Amino acid sequence: MPSADAYLVLSAAMFSIGVVGIILRRNLIVILMCVELMLNAVNINFIGFARRFGELEGHVFPIFIIAVAAGEAAVGLAILIQLYRLRNSLNVDEARELHG
Amino acid sequence: MDDIASVIWLVPALPLLGALINGFRALEQPHAKKSRKATRLIALSATLLSALVATFYVVIPWARGGTANPLEVVYYEWLPMGTGEVTGGLISNFSIQLGFQVDVLSSTMMMIVCWVGFLIHVYATGYMSHEKGYTRFFAYFNLFMFMMLILVMGNNYAVMFVGWEGVGLCSYLLIGFFYDKTFAADAGKKAFIVNRIGDFGFLLGVFLIFSWFGTVDFTGVFAQAAANPAHFEGIATAICILLFVGACGKSAQVPLYVWLPDAMAGPTPVSALIHAATMVTAGVYMVVRSNVLFRLSPEAMAVVAVVGAVTALFAATIGTAQNDIKKVLAYSTVSQLGFMFLAVGVGAYTAAIFHVMTHAFFKACLFLGAGSVIHGCNGEQDMRKMGGLRRYMPKTHWTFLVATIAIAGIPPLAGFFSKDEILANAFFKRYTELGAPWSSLPLVLWVMAIIAATFTAFYMFRAYYMTFLGTYRGAAAAGTEASEPEHKGHDVIDEDTKLAPAHLPKADPFEHGGAGHAAHPHESPNSMTGVLAALALLSIVGGLVGPPLGAFGIHHPNPFQSWLSPILWPIGGEAFEFHHAPIAVEWMLILLSIGVAVGGIMLARAFYTDPAWSRPRAFVARFPALHRVVENKYYVDEIYQATFVRGTIVLSNAMAWFDTNVIDGLVNGVRHVTVILLGEGSSLIDRYVVDGAVNGVANSAQRGSTLLRRLQTGVVQNYALVMSGGVVLLVVVYLLGRP
Repeated sequence: MPSADAYLVLSAAMFSIGVVGIILRRNLIVILMCVELMLNAVNINFIGFARRFGELEGHVFPIFIIAVAAGEAAVGLAILIQLYRLRNSLNVDEARELHG
Repeated sequence: MDDIASVIWLVPALPLLGALINGFRALEQPHAKKSRKATRLIALSATLLSALVATFYVVIPWARGGTANPLEVVYYEWLPMGTGEVTGGLISNFSIQLGFQVDVLSSTMMMIVCWVGFLIHVYATGYMSHEKGYTRFFAYFNLFMFMMLILVMGNNYAVMFVGWEGVGLCSYLLIGFFYDKTFAADAGKKAFIVNRIGDFGFLLGVFLIFSWFGTVDFTGVFAQAAANPAHFEGIATAICILLFVGACGKSAQVPLYVWLPDAMAGPTPVSALIHAATMVTAGVYMVVRSNVLFRLSPEAMAVVAVVGAVTALFAATIGTAQNDIKKVLAYSTVSQLGFMFLAVGVGAYTAAIFHVMTHAFFKACLFLGAGSVIHGCNGEQDMRKMGGLRRYMPKTHWTFLVATIAIAGIPPLAGFFSKDEILANAFFKRYTELGAPWSSLPLVLWVMAIIAATFTAFYMFRAYYMTFLGTYRGAAAAGTEASEPEHKGHDVIDEDTKLAPAHLPKADPFEHGGAGHAAHPHESPNSMTGVLAALALLSIVGGLVGPPLGAFGIHHPNPFQSWLSPILWPIGGEAFEFHHAPIAVEWMLILLSIGVAVGGIMLARAFYTDPAWSRPRAFVARFPALHRVVENKYYVDEIYQATFVRGTIVLSNAMAWFDTNVIDGLVNGVRHVTVILLGEGSSLIDRYVVDGAVNGVANSAQRGSTLLRRLQTGVVQNYALVMSGGVVLLVVVYLLGRP
C-alpha cells in the first residue's frame, strides 16, 4: 500500500491544478471540470487522512462530497446551458455584467 | 383716654365715607338725574357727625384731662426701616407710623376745619343747586375735609404730607370742577403744579429732618431739638427755609402765590373753604407746628417774616385795582396770609393761629357773601356792573358789611384783635442774634404791615361801596357781554333758573332774559344767608378770646395764648416768652392800627360813594401807567410765562430732539452694525465652512468609492484569483505562526 503522504501529495497537486485551471481557463465547461477536480482532490485528502489515523469519518465525508458535487454539477451545467443559449459563447470573459 | 382713641378715627373717616358713597353714586350714572336730596343728606351728615365727634368725643374729653399732655393714637407701623444702630452719630432706626395727635394746636385746627367746613357745606347745598355735577361736587368736598383733617391730625411729618398732597389734589379737582371750561381746567393745573414746586422744598426739608433727627415724629423731633439746641442750630436754618418753601406754595406767598387768583375759576364755596379758610392755612399750621425748629434759627424766621410782609403789602396793592369781586378777595387772602407769616417770623406763633381762626371766619363770610352776590346778579362778577345791592339783598349786605369791618380791623370785631397782636409783636421784636442792623428788621416790616393794613381797609371798603351802595349798574349793561366772561363761575345758571325758580324766595317781576343778561338781582335762599349770618356772628365775637391784656397792665398771656402755649416747648431749658411792653406804647399801637383802618375806610368812602367815581377816575387819569401795571398784577404771570414756562418748553423740546436723534440714532446705528456683521459673516460661514464640510464629506466618499469600484471587475476569475491568494496567505501565516 502507498503511504498516507502520497495521498496528500496527490490531493495537493490535483487541487492546485484545479485552482490554476479556474483562474486561467476561459472555457466555462473547463472551469466546471476544474471545480470537480478540486472537489475530488479534497476527497482524496480525506481518504489519505482516514488511512493514516484509521478513522471512519474520512470515508464517510467524501461520500457526502460526491453527492453534493453531483448536484452542484447538475445545477452548474444548467446555468451554463442557459448562459450559452443567451450569448452563444462559452467564453467566461464575456460575462462581466456585474462589474462595478 | 382710650375712649378718645377708639373714636378719633371717625373724625376723618366719616367725610371719607361720605366722599366714597357720593363718589360711587356720581360714577355709576354720570348723566342721570340723581337724588340731590340724598347727596345733601350724605355729605352734610358726614361733615356734621365728624364735627360733633371731634368736638364732644375728642377735643372736650381730651382737654378735660389737661391740655399740656398731647394724646397720640398710633394705628399702624407704616414704614419700618433700619435696625436701631447708631452710625456716625445718626440714628438709623427709623419707622414712620400712621397716627393721630390731639393737642392744643391740632384741636384748634380741627374745630376750625370741621365747623367752618360744615357751614360752607350747608351753603354749598344752596349755591350749587343750579349746577351739573352736584353729587360729584360733594364727593370732592367731603374728600377735601378728609384730607385736611388728616393734615392737621397727623402725628408726624409724613402723615401731614399725605394730607398736604391730598388737599392739593382736592384743590385741583375742585378748581377745575367745570372741566369743560378751558380756563378752569388750566387754573386747576396751575394750582397743582405751583403747589408741587413748593412740595419739593417741603420734602427736602423733611429728608433733612429725617437724616438729622432719625425720626419724623413731631414729639421725637422737637424733643431732640429742644434738648440739644446748639447741635441742631445750623441745620435748622436749612430745614426751616425748605419747609417754608413748601408753605409758600401751599399758602400762596411770593413768589408762589400766582395760583390763588386763578383758582377763583372754581365755584365760590370752593374758594371760601379751600382758598380762604383751610387749605391755604395749612402752611401756617405747619410752620407753627415746627416752631421749635424755627426758634432755633433766627435767620429762617427773618426770611419768613420778610416774605410775609412783602406778600402782605404786594398783594394788598394789587387788590386795590381789581374789578372782579372774587379777585379782590383772592388777593386779600394772599395778603392776610402774608400777615400770618409775618407773625410767625417775628415769633408770634399764637397770633398767627389766632389770625388763622379769625380770618377763617370773616374771609369765609366774605367769599360766601360774594357768592351770594354773584348768585343774585345771575353770574355777574364785575363790581362795576353791580351797585345798590343793599336794597335787593339785605341779609347778604349786612353780613358782608360786618365781615368787611372785621377784616379792616375795627374793634371789637375779630380782625382787630388778631391783627393788632401781629403788629404789636412785629413792632417789638428784635433779632438779637443777627446783630445790628438786621436786628431792627422787624420795625421795617411793621411799617410795611401798617401800610398793608391801610390798603386792606381801603380795598375792602372799596369793594363794599362798589357792590352794595349807589345804584344798580347791571340793568344798564343788559345786552352787553360781561366784561370778563372768562371768569364767570357758572354760565349754566341762567337756563336753570328758568327751570327751577322754586327756591327763590322772592317772586321775580322781571323775566330772566337771555343768557348772560343781568336782570333784577335777588336775595339768596336761606341755606346760604343762614350760613352768612353764622359766620358774621363768629366774626363779631371770635376775637374776644385774645384781647390785648398788656394794654391794661396785665402781664399775662391772654386766654388764646394760654390755650396754645403747650406747643411752644422750652428750648434748652428756656421757656417761651410772650412779649411785654409798656402800657403807653401798647395803646399807641392800638390807636395807630385803628387809625389806619379808619383812614383806609375814609379814603374808600371819599373815592367810591360818589356815583360818578370822579376821584378814582381822576387818580387813574393822573397815573395811567401805574394803574395799568397794578391792575395787571404787575405782569407777574406774564413774566413767569415768558421765563419759566417757555424755558421749560424749550428745554423739553431740546431733550426730545436729543432723544430722537442722538439716542435713537445710536440704537439704530448699533442695529446696522449688528446686521451687517452678523448677517454677512454668518452667511459667509454658512457658505464656505458649513457647506464646505458637507460637500467635502460627500466628495471623499465619492472618490473612495471610485477607487474601490475597481475591485468589482465583473470577471469571476479575478474573484477566484483573489480568493486563492487569500487562502495561500492564510496558510503561510498559519505555517509561520506555528511554534
